[in-house]
Amino acid sequence: MNGAELPVWAAWLVVALAIVGAGFSLTGAFGLIRLRTFYERVHAPTLGATLGMALILMSSMLLLSLIEGRLVLRDALIGVFLTVTTPVTLLLLARAAAQRDRQERNPDAPPEV
Amino acid sequence: MSANTVLDWGLGFAQGMLVLAMALAAWRMLRGPRAQDRILGLDTLYLNGMLAVVVHGMRTGSGLYFEAALILGMIGFTATVALAKFLMQGEVIQ
Amino acid sequence: MSRLLPYPILSACLAATWLLLNAPLSPGNVLLALLVGLMVPAVMLALRPPSVRVRAPGILARLAVIVLYDMVRSNIDVARIILGLRGGERRTGFVTIPLDMRAPFGLAILSIILTGTPGTLWVQYDSDTGCLLIHVLDYTDGEEWVRRVKDRYERPLMQIFAP
Repeated sequence: MNGAELPVWAAWLVVALAIVGAGFSLTGAFGLIRLRTFYERVHAPTLGATLGMALILMSSMLLLSLIEGRLVLRDALIGVFLTVTTPVTLLLLARAAAQRDRQERNPDAPPEV
Repeated sequence: MSANTVLDWGLGFAQGMLVLAMALAAWRMLRGPRAQDRILGLDTLYLNGMLAVVVHGMRTGSGLYFEAALILGMIGFTATVALAKFLMQGEVIQ
Repeated sequence: MSRLLPYPILSACLAATWLLLNAPLSPGNVLLALLVGLMVPAVMLALRPPSVRVRAPGILARLAVIVLYDMVRSNIDVARIILGLRGGERRTGFVTIPLDMRAPFGLAILSIILTGTPGTLWVQYDSDTGCLLIHVLDYTDGEEWVRRVKDRYERPLMQIFAP
């Protein structure tokens, strides 16, 4: 840690962004436990994959930029990568679940399109 | 309070929250009840693990953890896609 | 132009990625970024991906702002639902949306938008009928969701990716 030369308000801003982002992520993981059916639960992790991820990466970019004294936008690549891949994983998972539920004729299976 | 203390405690707290999120995801992964729930838990576990690595990189102030986070994200994506595909057809490669 | 730069957007994205990864901006890095941006799409030419044309950049910018706003708002909504801060009865359900859009890039962006706003989940899309099945966490009125997706997202996307 070499943030000693940082102004205190900047440190608070970095910490606030990180904690709010982690809070969204934790809420999403909590939703995995709390929500009742599978189709409700799939919504929960997107909290961490969208706003939680964005806030934590913003906090990281802000801290690195302040420490190195120049604009460090490298972490935005993680954000772009996650934004592009999350729909693919959730879409495949939802389709697999829908197919399984339809085959087993579960009552909460999605209707045919 | 100096900036260093604020960063150390605050980022440590955020990291603790992410680790708790990982524990909740792991609970869902172990508990099921169905295969798709387990895969969803694994995906969430990867996601929160990756975010925890990013926050750890901020605590140490080194840029080395960026690559680790990126690779964790990629492995998580590949694993989830392969598992979901397996669930759909029973074969990964066809 | 088209021989040298078959995929201008891809070239620009690759060069930007290279510069972001090799952060200190030096003349050598810029040169390498330009080289990567020019060379790699030429290799991609062998795969013949369909090229994409973006029309109406103004609409694209407005759509980006709308999506950003919706993302933050729906994140807070879903967080409140999960934490049980919202009283009253909540129902979930599936909604079938008949889409008019057929452009593959538009559909890809739509799937990113629907996933990026928690509370809506893309379940299945039938390319023959053009019907999209989504699951919504806060199901109030099916017609309202159909209107919302069509007016807010589909119409601008159809204008952006018009053939």
